[in-house]
Amino acid sequence: MSKVEVRNLSKSYIERREKVRSPQNCRCQEECRVFHDLNFAVEAGSFTCFLGPSGCGKSTLLHIIAGFEKPDSGKVLIDGREVTGASPKHIFVFQEDGLLPWLTAKQNIALGARGIKDPKQREKQEQEYIEMVGLKGFEDHYPHELSGGMRRRAEVARALITNPDILYMDEPFGALDFVTRLQMREEMLNVHFMFDSTILFITHDIDEALQLGDQILVMSERPSRIKADIVLDHPHPRDLSTGELASLRKEIYFLMGLHAEL
Amino acid sequence: MAPRRTHSIISFVGIIFVWELAVRLFHVSPFKFPGPARVGSALWQMCMSGELFHHVVASLYRVTWGYYLAVAVAVPLGLLLGSWRGARNIMNPLIQFLRPISPLAWIPVALIWFGIGDRPAIFLIFLSAFFPMVVFTMSGVQGVRRTYLRVADNFGLTGIRRYVKVVLPASMPEIVVGLRITLGTAWLVIVAAEMIAVKSGLGYLIVDARNALRMDRVIAGMIVIGIIGLSLDYLICQIEGIPYVQWSRQRR
Repeated sequence: MSKVEVRNLSKSYIERREKVRSPQNCRCQEECRVFHDLNFAVEAGSFTCFLGPSGCGKSTLLHIIAGFEKPDSGKVLIDGREVTGASPKHIFVFQEDGLLPWLTAKQNIALGARGIKDPKQREKQEQEYIEMVGLKGFEDHYPHELSGGMRRRAEVARALITNPDILYMDEPFGALDFVTRLQMREEMLNVHFMFDSTILFITHDIDEALQLGDQILVMSERPSRIKADIVLDHPHPRDLSTGELASLRKEIYFLMGLHAEL
Repeated sequence: MAPRRTHSIISFVGIIFVWELAVRLFHVSPFKFPGPARVGSALWQMCMSGELFHHVVASLYRVTWGYYLAVAVAVPLGLLLGSWRGARNIMNPLIQFLRPISPLAWIPVALIWFGIGDRPAIFLIFLSAFFPMVVFTMSGVQGVRRTYLRVADNFGLTGIRRYVKVVLPASMPEIVVGLRITLGTAWLVIVAAEMIAVKSGLGYLIVDARNALRMDRVIAGMIVIGIIGLSLDYLICQIEGIPYVQWSRQRR
């Protein structure tokens, strides 16, 4: 049985305002179809990347899988059971800042440690995770006092400390600078090896998906469908410039409508 | 800060000087508009006799009770209405209807319901603070970023914890604005409320002085009201320094 199974999932928004831009390529006058009849499965313990142009409904899809939004039809099954709402076993790392700004880094991380009953154990665990993500010395800082990378790390720590069954990440490193982003990418690989969480990861960065994913789902523009479902079992670290990965990279570029490789 | 303080000193000294000059130059009757020297000496007398202290305490006592009661009822109600759509749809029209009715229009009602003494005044303060406070809290809750509520859902924060950890702090910026504006309104209303039915307080002091044709005491009372209003505003601003409240100011 697959960990996450998406069956015939459809979602559309009712658009009140008429869209000004190009009515021919967007059937957005009244009902805006985000995706229609989506089907795919994700294996337990895998790292799955959703790759697609911005605005293609990746976030909506992940929000539905996480139980924050309801689909119009179809269903999401996790461990064979239909998702009806959010669960503390499946933690979401948000695209925008998901840290609560009125809590310090440590207090935010403590939100994830609420399940641990023994206070000593909890304290120890919190300290451990703060150190793991390199926030030692910053635990009493408020989110606005941390750099963008540190905020992301704190949010990831808050998710990991719950030892989540599934980790949802919605373009978590999109707002970071190039170098920090590469660092975070590396750290995500470590996370993937150290924890047995199933990871569902949204990105619009082709190389990021190729570096991280065990499975890549390439999505099209709205109304979105799965253009390709690619399984990778290449060892890490991956070299994208030669061999099979290089041709796969070209193929994905092509799938996303980019003909010339930049 | 320093030049700003200097500026305010200059403006106050300036107005006092012009005021005294005008009163002396045009020989204005002290029964119509006494100069700052007369007002100052009346103020001094009231201070020394302990009379002023008595009135200030009486006013503050009523404002404190009315305001705290209003906040204690309005904030939880606002949190509830803000997050519970069904209740909001039922209650909101009623609140919006009662809100524009001036607390002063309630004076006869207050007298008949509560008789004479502190209670009608406290009731009027309560009314003046209650409706705006509910509305501020409610709109604060409705404006909470969806992500924060999803974080609460995701980490299994339910019931009272959800409110204490997420909903209340997330709507705090607007609640604080409400607290500040509402305190100002309460202080405006207390003076009017004390012009009826009580024999103490700054409002009574002013009416009483007018009946005795003591304009110097009237103006002295007004000055005291201004000073206390400023101090209250200063005090309420201090809660913005608490991290639980302050977070919105520091974001980017």
